[in-house]
Amino acid sequence: MVERTFTLSNPTGLHARPAALFVKEVQKFADTEIFVRKGEKEVSARSLLSLLSLGVAQGETIVIRCQGPREEEAMAALAALIEGGLGE
Amino acid sequence: MSERVLRGVAAAAGAVVGPAFVYREGQPEVAAQPAGTPDEERARYEAARSRAEAELNQLAERADEQAREILTAHQLMLQDPELQNLVEEGIQAGQPAEAAVRAAVEQFAGMLEALDDEYLRERAADVRDVGRRLVAALTGRTVGIVLRQPAVVVARDLAPTDTIGIDRDLLLGIVTEQGGPTSHTSILARSWGIPAVVAAAGVLDAADDGMTVALDGDTGEVVLDPGAETRSRYEAAMARAREQAERDRAEASLPAETPDGVRVELATNAGSPAEVAFAMEKGAEGVGLLRSEFLFMGRESAPTEEEQYQAYAEALQNANGQRVIIRTLDIGGDKDVPYLGLPKEENPFLGVRALRLCFRRPELFRTQLRALLRASVHGRLAIMFPMVNGLADLRRAREALAEARRSLEAEGHRVADQYEVGIMVEIPSAALLADHLAPEVDFFSIGTNDLVQYTLAVDRGNPELAEMYQPYHPAVLRLIDRVVQAAHAAGKWVGVCGEMGGLPEGALLLLGLGVDELSMAPALLPRIRRLVRSTPAAEARALAQQCLTVGTPEEVLALVEPVVRRTV
Repeated sequence: MVERTFTLSNPTGLHARPAALFVKEVQKFADTEIFVRKGEKEVSARSLLSLLSLGVAQGETIVIRCQGPREEEAMAALAALIEGGLGE
Repeated sequence: MSERVLRGVAAAAGAVVGPAFVYREGQPEVAAQPAGTPDEERARYEAARSRAEAELNQLAERADEQAREILTAHQLMLQDPELQNLVEEGIQAGQPAEAAVRAAVEQFAGMLEALDDEYLRERAADVRDVGRRLVAALTGRTVGIVLRQPAVVVARDLAPTDTIGIDRDLLLGIVTEQGGPTSHTSILARSWGIPAVVAAAGVLDAADDGMTVALDGDTGEVVLDPGAETRSRYEAAMARAREQAERDRAEASLPAETPDGVRVELATNAGSPAEVAFAMEKGAEGVGLLRSEFLFMGRESAPTEEEQYQAYAEALQNANGQRVIIRTLDIGGDKDVPYLGLPKEENPFLGVRALRLCFRRPELFRTQLRALLRASVHGRLAIMFPMVNGLADLRRAREALAEARRSLEAEGHRVADQYEVGIMVEIPSAALLADHLAPEVDFFSIGTNDLVQYTLAVDRGNPELAEMYQPYHPAVLRLIDRVVQAAHAAGKWVGVCGEMGGLPEGALLLLGLGVDELSMAPALLPRIRRLVRSTPAAEARALAQQCLTVGTPEEVLALVEPVVRRTV
């Protein structure tokens, strides 16, 4: 299992468009379990609705947790997406 | 049954009478029905889900970029594993699929509505939209407006997802219960040239499918089940409009040239690439002002370079080789663009707007300039900078443009050799220094709306001061005269893209002051074309000279009005 903390720096945080990009990236790793945590609440990263309901704003911190055969690869891909500003 | 008259707000011009298509989104879908076995309900749900998915795919094919983004989110919601788990739980507990879907959707909608972020709260409407689509699919229906015959659409309000699928050729008119002159419905109706009345309270309850509806998009009148007299009144208005349209069409190809041979270019203002196409059908000789704000408003993040490039290229292609003046971003202060995080200002019209905002957000500006330059190969592009108050602004903007060009060329992008670069003259200081600015531009376009407001220090949005907002103030005319003189002395041309150019009094004065191009809403073109074709330029010039000598707007109007009455 790998876990990493990110601070979202794109202008809108996890709004619909960035969140949709995020879910699409996650879908590429069907064999890996991926979760996103904000504060006490952790949700499946495959669920757009759950991600939106975390209400992640710009500058807030989330923790991503990956578990499975390609956990390192998945984390690297998601890190690149977030550090690239989630398409914004 | 006797006719019933409702009052709404006029949103898009024209009168029409026809059968109603009543769109009741969110109507109670089905009477409660006993659930089948969980296996049966699960199978129904799966079938509905693939049907809904196919519908969304179909809509995405004809959607524009912005609508496609919404549809992508809807697709992901439809596939959402957590939503599916909730539906599955409901079905396992013995609920019919409809009830399970509705409960699951409401649970997520409720979670979103509880958030602090206003934008995310509004996404509750998207989940419900998806739920509506699923429930409709479960009962073999399709959401969205699907017209099979010409009809007047009656609805609560229309959202982009409702209108994506509408067949424009069958849409006679629109009446909505809610909405305002700037809502999606109104903007769509105006850009399609379809009569519309919004905020017609009670219309949804009173109208039924197939009922005859008459609506007047100039007065805001809506008549349900019109009697013979009303019908014939509307039919006469439609016939007159058809005749007028025919006459306008016939004249649309005539040059706007005065009897003594002075040619004026008649262009239109547009707010989107679709409006450019519409304007060309109306006989415009170009686009005098394309507001790029359409790309930036009503969304959650700034448009990408690629997205902007596509839109500008589309606008240029729609203009069939005619010039399109695209104004760089004129946002700030009073316009709400949440993702830019603009601070509230005491005095937004004198604050960080337009070019001033662009200089503070170089990335935003650079992205737009690169997109514009990349699009330059698709037509006759002119780039216009708003809110220039002197040489420093102009030079800084031109430097940013040159820098964008260098970066594109370094990356191997193609940029046209020729495109014009001009400024909007709307600040009195720019008008007064026009002789210094003229050598460094290809053209001026006078934005009379703001020029009047800044010259007279009258907020044009303040109803208390409405009477003091006087476009025909001699002070304004003197500034315009100065700009035209300076431009012509430097061999440059001058256009006007404010409201003044589309009014007969204003057009007459501007013609007399020597303006080369007038840009206005497409609907105003025919009348102004007739005015130009019937007024000798020499007469307009003499009139304008006289107006430059008087001291009050009342005197100006007293001179101009008799001439207008005679010619139009």
